[in-house]
Amino acid sequence: MAIGLEQHVEQKSRRILGIKARSRPRSLAQREELYAYLFLTPWIIGFVLFTAGPMIAVFGISLFRTNFLTETYYVGSKWWRAVFTDMLVRKALLNTLYYVAVSVPGGTCLAMTIAILLNQGMKAQSVWRTIYFLPSLVSGVAVSVLWQWLYHPDIGLFNDLLDKIGIVGPQWIWSSEWAMPSIIAMSLWGAGGAMLIYLAGLRGIPTVLYEAAEIDGAGTWRRFWHVTIPMLTPTIFFNVVMNLIGSWQVFTQAFVMTEGGPNNATLTMVLHIYRTGFQSTFFGYASAQAGLLFLVILIFILTSLRSTSFWVHYERV
Amino acid sequence: MTTARSPRSRKLSYALSRVALYVAVIIGAIAFGLPFVWMVRTSVMPKLQVYRFPPEWIPEELRWEFFGVVFAPIKYGGAVEYSFPKWLQNSFYLSTVTAVGAVLSSSLVGFAFGRLRFRGRDALFLVLLSTMILPQHVRLIPTYLLFSKLGWVGTYKPLIAPTYFAPAFFVFLLRQFFMQIPREMDDAAYIDGCSPIGLFFRIHLPLSLPALGVVMIFQFNGMWNNFFLPLLYIRDIAKYPVAIGLRYFQGRFRQTQIQALMAASLISLIPPIMLFFFAQRRMIQGIVITGIKG
Repeated sequence: MAIGLEQHVEQKSRRILGIKARSRPRSLAQREELYAYLFLTPWIIGFVLFTAGPMIAVFGISLFRTNFLTETYYVGSKWWRAVFTDMLVRKALLNTLYYVAVSVPGGTCLAMTIAILLNQGMKAQSVWRTIYFLPSLVSGVAVSVLWQWLYHPDIGLFNDLLDKIGIVGPQWIWSSEWAMPSIIAMSLWGAGGAMLIYLAGLRGIPTVLYEAAEIDGAGTWRRFWHVTIPMLTPTIFFNVVMNLIGSWQVFTQAFVMTEGGPNNATLTMVLHIYRTGFQSTFFGYASAQAGLLFLVILIFILTSLRSTSFWVHYERV
Repeated sequence: MTTARSPRSRKLSYALSRVALYVAVIIGAIAFGLPFVWMVRTSVMPKLQVYRFPPEWIPEELRWEFFGVVFAPIKYGGAVEYSFPKWLQNSFYLSTVTAVGAVLSSSLVGFAFGRLRFRGRDALFLVLLSTMILPQHVRLIPTYLLFSKLGWVGTYKPLIAPTYFAPAFFVFLLRQFFMQIPREMDDAAYIDGCSPIGLFFRIHLPLSLPALGVVMIFQFNGMWNNFFLPLLYIRDIAKYPVAIGLRYFQGRFRQTQIQALMAASLISLIPPIMLFFFAQRRMIQGIVITGIKG
């Protein structure tokens, strides 16, 4: 039964791919190759439709003035010139840069610190791990909604705690000065995902290296700086890059908690793209902004890749 | 600096550092747990107590009525009623359907990349890896155009369809799992006359059920927490998933009741947390595999 099905599929795919049926049985390698492309089909279709296609199309659409319904006409480089002079785009870009510049290093340091602390052979490690990890599991609207109330100047948690130690708290997300730091602080609450990865990375460091360092007379600090950190750099690198990409696309917090305000203090790139495209229906202009965001992210990724030779340490043990 | 210390003072400094370690970890844990505590505390507080200044931490009495408020039908536009249970149901549907799609498609592709030999495999795999770093939100507008041309805006299809075409992240995860299965298995199966399809279904799938479970959980949680896609594509209130529906407790239908908002948020957190406790070890393994070997 199953054999029959397989033969059928093989014949079918051979016909689709235009390969002539041969009387001589094909080699195993050839058969395997044929099947491999069959298995890959979903990804190849998805790649063209949802990844490569849109990636190219976004630059195409950015040359048109279009609302996708009634009007579409070619405007050349108009939107691209606008993107570089529009004060609101600049504001959104700088806001997002601010978010990335604090949230990524801050999140990385926090996640590593927690991982290193938990790796000191603590009792009930899995309990602590769970507590630190849970917030990252539930990131989303519920978290934004919750933090909005934690930040409430009068009846919120934070100002109550500050009040107890005699400090008058700020207006948090309702102040243009504090709104972005508030959103960044909230992002640090989700450091648990990266913490798990660093924890596993720490466990993967061979104890032989620590022993050798100790014989050579290295104290705790030197072991940390010359064994732990270098051995962890590949993990750090990968996580920083993924975190960078995610952070440049920050949206939900700004949309749910502050709606970009106050005074555009939390207007992020994706929020601005969303407004330009889906609310004002200037899809061409929104595409140019998305293209700009892509170029910015690309520069960040390429710079990080370039920097690896200076600080990322690949050791084969 | 390097004065020889007596064993006793050494012991003491070790004990002190242990105490410092536990104090630091416990303080951190309290800080990470406090928002959840605040959430629960708010959801069971009597009506006016939440608005008191300065805020009070302990509810005067436990009130469960706001969970009832959450589940009560919401009147919108007169006759039509929509409700939180419906949104929960929608979220369950979306999360489950996309989880199945992600497992089906990415296991096929992951198997090909992990186990089959074909020309251009390494180059294609590199392409797959590089799609993982392509920012999703940059592709938003063309994707939206595609789905609107297909007439799918307002339906669940734009949310579901992409997961049936092997999301790169999951392909990568499953490839790593498939590669751990011993090669001898394949050889034995081929000698017994198995084709790659048989090999996949009879040997690799059963052996990697835990990994498939991890993919399902990741996709389930991802869709459960997803806010942006339903915001773009779902217009009809009756079709909202919970992530969008939550916002409607923020004073769209009536004055915001903080307790009801917190109760609703709390309920919406339950499925991902339950899944985590259910499959903790496997999930951590999955996060680690995708996080370290990049």
